[in-house]
Amino acid sequence: MSEKKLAIIATKGSLDWAYPPFILASTAAALGYEVQIFFTFYGLQLLRKKLDLKLTSLGNPGMPMPMPMPVLLQALPGMQSMMSMMMKNKMKSKGVASVEELRSLCIEADVKMIACQMTVDLFEFSNSEFIDGIEFGGAATFLGFAGESDICLFV
Amino acid sequence: MANFDQELDASGLNCPLPILRAKKSLAAMTSGQVLHIIATDPGAVKDFEAFAKQTGNELMESREEGGKFHFMMKKG
Repeated sequence: MSEKKLAIIATKGSLDWAYPPFILASTAAALGYEVQIFFTFYGLQLLRKKLDLKLTSLGNPGMPMPMPMPVLLQALPGMQSMMSMMMKNKMKSKGVASVEELRSLCIEADVKMIACQMTVDLFEFSNSEFIDGIEFGGAATFLGFAGESDICLFV
Repeated sequence: MANFDQELDASGLNCPLPILRAKKSLAAMTSGQVLHIIATDPGAVKDFEAFAKQTGNELMESREEGGKFHFMMKKG
């Protein structure tokens, strides 16, 4: 049986949206899949050495809130950091892995991570801001792998 | 309860950690050995079935006892 392949494009850089790519990649690797994740635009935040991911309730009416709160209040300075901290604490208390932990598990399991060179240049990131062991490439690099994949996801 | 060679307590951990920890433990074991996994995540019941099916390890037993889930996984 040849190895199955999972290809993921990660485009979002918020705390909540960091989970789907890393959970699926680490689990697929545990199931014997060969996995590649292509990080582009805001998804590049997930490759930074020091993660400082936040989430926002703005423009996100689906986020469960501990208490009802008018949107204008949610936009006040400090609210985003406070909500991010509350979510991190809640996740910890529920035994949900941190993004850092899931990312380490992906690296351990040989998940290949590719940073989109075009958006790295666009945002003027320097390669030294990212974790070691990643590759830099473009759409054609990713499509080479994605074209042969069994599952291909855009997150 | 059947005999086992190694035990993994994944209590309190949530998806996908029980699966990832089990995979790691199984990797260090030899074919035919049995891993006893304890978990509290209700999602682990279906997940360990799917894990066994896709990895060629055998899920010999899956049961709930005292609010915890117990699995016996034989390495394939």
